[in-house]
Amino acid sequence: MRFGIAVFPGTWSDRDCRHAVELAGHEAVLLWHKDRDLRGADCVILPGGFAYGDYLRAGAVARFAPLMESVAEFASAGGLVWGICNGFQILCEAHLLPGALTRNSSLEFRCAPAWLRVETVDTVFTSGCARGDVLQIPVSHGEGRFVADDETLDMLEREQRVAFRYVRRDGSAVENASPNGSMHDIAGIVNERRNVLGMMPHPERACEALLGSSDGMLLFNSVAKMVSRDGAMPVAAVS
Amino acid sequence: MTSVQVAAASDADLAEVALTRAEYVHLVTSLGREPNRLELGIVGALWSEHCSYKTSKPLLGTLPTQGPHVLQGPGENAGAVDIGHGLACVFKIESHNHPSAIEPYQGAATGVGGILRDIFTMGARPVALLDSLRFGPLDEPHQRHLFDGVVAGIGGYGNCIGVPTVGGELYFDESYRTNCLVNAMCVGVVEQGRLTRATASGPGNLVLLVGADTGRDGIHGASFASVVLDADSAARRPAVQVGNPFLEKCLMEACLELAGDPRVIAMQDLGAAGLCGSTAELAHRGGCGIEVDVARASRRETGMTPYEVMLSESQERMLIVARPDDVRSLQSVFERWDLHSDVVAVILPEQRFVVRDGGDRVCDLPLDLLVDGAPPRGAPGPRPDPPAPSAAPGPMPSWSHDEALLQLLGSPNLGSRASVYRRYDHQVGDATLILPGGDAALVRVDGTSLGLALATDGNSRYAALDARLGAMIAVCEAARNVVATGAKPAAITNCLNFANPEHADVWWDLHDAIDGIGAACRVLEIPVVSGNVSLYNDTGGTGIDPTVVVGMVGVIDDVTQRCTAGFRDDGDLIALVGPVEAELDGSEYQRIAHGVNAGLPPHLDLDLERRVHGFVLDAIAAGLLHSTHDCAEGGIAIAIAESCLLGDIGAWVGIEELGQDAGLNTGAAGILFGESQSRFVISFAREALVRLHELAGRHSVPFRGLGSVGGERVCVTGCIDVSLADVRRVHEGALIERE
Repeated sequence: MRFGIAVFPGTWSDRDCRHAVELAGHEAVLLWHKDRDLRGADCVILPGGFAYGDYLRAGAVARFAPLMESVAEFASAGGLVWGICNGFQILCEAHLLPGALTRNSSLEFRCAPAWLRVETVDTVFTSGCARGDVLQIPVSHGEGRFVADDETLDMLEREQRVAFRYVRRDGSAVENASPNGSMHDIAGIVNERRNVLGMMPHPERACEALLGSSDGMLLFNSVAKMVSRDGAMPVAAVS
Repeated sequence: MTSVQVAAASDADLAEVALTRAEYVHLVTSLGREPNRLELGIVGALWSEHCSYKTSKPLLGTLPTQGPHVLQGPGENAGAVDIGHGLACVFKIESHNHPSAIEPYQGAATGVGGILRDIFTMGARPVALLDSLRFGPLDEPHQRHLFDGVVAGIGGYGNCIGVPTVGGELYFDESYRTNCLVNAMCVGVVEQGRLTRATASGPGNLVLLVGADTGRDGIHGASFASVVLDADSAARRPAVQVGNPFLEKCLMEACLELAGDPRVIAMQDLGAAGLCGSTAELAHRGGCGIEVDVARASRRETGMTPYEVMLSESQERMLIVARPDDVRSLQSVFERWDLHSDVVAVILPEQRFVVRDGGDRVCDLPLDLLVDGAPPRGAPGPRPDPPAPSAAPGPMPSWSHDEALLQLLGSPNLGSRASVYRRYDHQVGDATLILPGGDAALVRVDGTSLGLALATDGNSRYAALDARLGAMIAVCEAARNVVATGAKPAAITNCLNFANPEHADVWWDLHDAIDGIGAACRVLEIPVVSGNVSLYNDTGGTGIDPTVVVGMVGVIDDVTQRCTAGFRDDGDLIALVGPVEAELDGSEYQRIAHGVNAGLPPHLDLDLERRVHGFVLDAIAAGLLHSTHDCAEGGIAIAIAESCLLGDIGAWVGIEELGQDAGLNTGAAGILFGESQSRFVISFAREALVRLHELAGRHSVPFRGLGSVGGERVCVTGCIDVSLADVRRVHEGALIERE
């Protein structure tokens, strides 16, 4: 199983993602933003960071990178694309996912532990979890408040495309359990074909007990298991 | 000397470049001619306190800088120590006080940017940042503005570049009302073979200026930092630089790609005094000269004079020395990161500092005079008489001990820092094993079992009462934080923040503080490998208290053996390691109860300190301890409450017996809240008690059982009985703005 990890100027979770992928026993290749070659990746990760500085709006410049043309083609062909933090922001800007990520409601950057409830297991990324599982995965962002119009939110809920929702430590959903004020406490969503996942929390920071949680490993292993079972295009089996 | 016309520069000219008339006379005499305006400006910058250390250098020479693990002591961009596995830990602390007082966000942000460059200039990948901050009383709106701006600036830069901010400290005190302090520390790791120096060599070699274009920002930054602030300081805002962390991230990655590359002869970042300071230091270290052509530097704005190009402190710039044949291939590395580079200088065989503007030679100075020629400044006067002993504080307040505990825990100096560090990404890098909020942060070293324990410390209340003792305590306290994790102190960096050294009392405090650092470091066998001095923290005649900030790096061989500060298991025993005294002078209790800082700082026995460290390290290495927390501001009671908070479990202790043990009759407050030194609060399984007693005997350290872990209350028999929930509420609310 080969994960391709995008590197934009300003990306900093590339090293952590590679660490997590290798810890899980898989291969990681770095994908340079100026290239169009996805180097045979089975799953492309768009990692965290401040691509191109994010001075304009998070992800607004990165969506125009040459690499993103290949990523969009890959996604439309059913390839697995996983946006984490800044990657989620880029996917929304690129219209590969609906909605937008705006300034945290606290108006402050927030680096803190978070608890995510798995809302659907009908995605390659969460296939190894059980619905209702609570994963401890930290957040670290200033612009992670998921917003969308009512119609979009209804659609996401109706089609069970909310992958993760922020909850309390004990798994209970409460109003505004999110660290950022996200609508419906949404922490991650998938696209219509369910092959593109965007999430604000950082699973690559939760892959070892030594770091406080290994729950993130569930997601990496879910992807790897489905890919090795179904070949390089697992989504074909799902959709 | 009479043959030289020395009146050419007016007092206003000299004030502009922050040179004294005597320094000017020395310059003219040494040169044998008058400098032109550019030369005068360049000398002013390099002879500023910030660059020349003309006041502190003679004193700093007394510090112990050698040790078996030291790879690089003071004199380079940062210090470096051998941490095993063929790796070096590179680190330094630096101040950005003056800019932060004027423009808190950018001042702090560029402080972080500057210290990061010092580390990756040496080829080391930055793995952690720490920040030591001081402000005036938090209930004043302007202080809140500075505090918020500085915290946002640190986060804005560190979060964007992707280096975790893992620790530091924060104090509020009257003494910083007009001069806040922002000291930033960066720690990096590099294979020893890739350690890169900033020593130019090889006449004819070329110098590349890489990164940001040069603008007018930050002109006079070095001189600005070397004068006292006044009412016009806000008008000096152009002397504050603006940071671009994205550009620095690209510069960092490109430079790290080149670390250890044989094509790179030397690397030097641009900091204080810009192109002028960096080129001069680069050449001076290598015993050669340099010729800079300002016409070749890409600019952000038009019409800049050579003076402005040389003195600009535009951020995110780096110099690379390379052989002419290698320049093109090095430039292509930078181009991959979309970084622009210009060949701006050439190395000369003779030790001269030459500046050209295209065809015109506009400056030609002897390099040694420029870099090392500032006349050292000795004591401005004899040691002043010690101040009359301050009047004894009034009677103890009528608070119950419960109230005192909650008052202290809810005070800005002892309350939770979570509202600050949650604004910093402290986990990027997948390496932060002990998060902020405990004693020291612990960052593991990629690919090894090693961990780096990192802490900054410096209680200025002690130093205000006794600069030497205060500095000694700062070293010991930083060491204690590192030791509490199970790491052995390896080396320190220090930042000496003082008021106007032209006043005899300040100069002698500086003298004594450096002496104190040296004394503590010698006994604890901890070398000083880098540092920074920030003087003139003085506004309108009001100076800060002497503030010695010690940045400590410790090494633990196996991170799985680390110890944390929170109580762990129900039923564990609690003990105090170290002396029992009732020292309330200089304490946070004294501040809150009496509103003064008076008397003498707590007693310090350096030999006992060393033995206590030995005991704790042995006990942790033997796996005997479940928690270790150093006993600092607020004394035993606060240390116990903090261990309860961190472990989310209560404790019961019988502290009154301690007073009887020690024959004290000053009442419980002194025992509960006194800040005696060389102490740790530890917890452990009952089965470990005998072995710990035996170990304490072997190290000759006092060891007293205090009580046990459990329940949901913080209890001290007969004194304190508060629910953990109440303790948490006040602690977490300490820094939150009250409406």
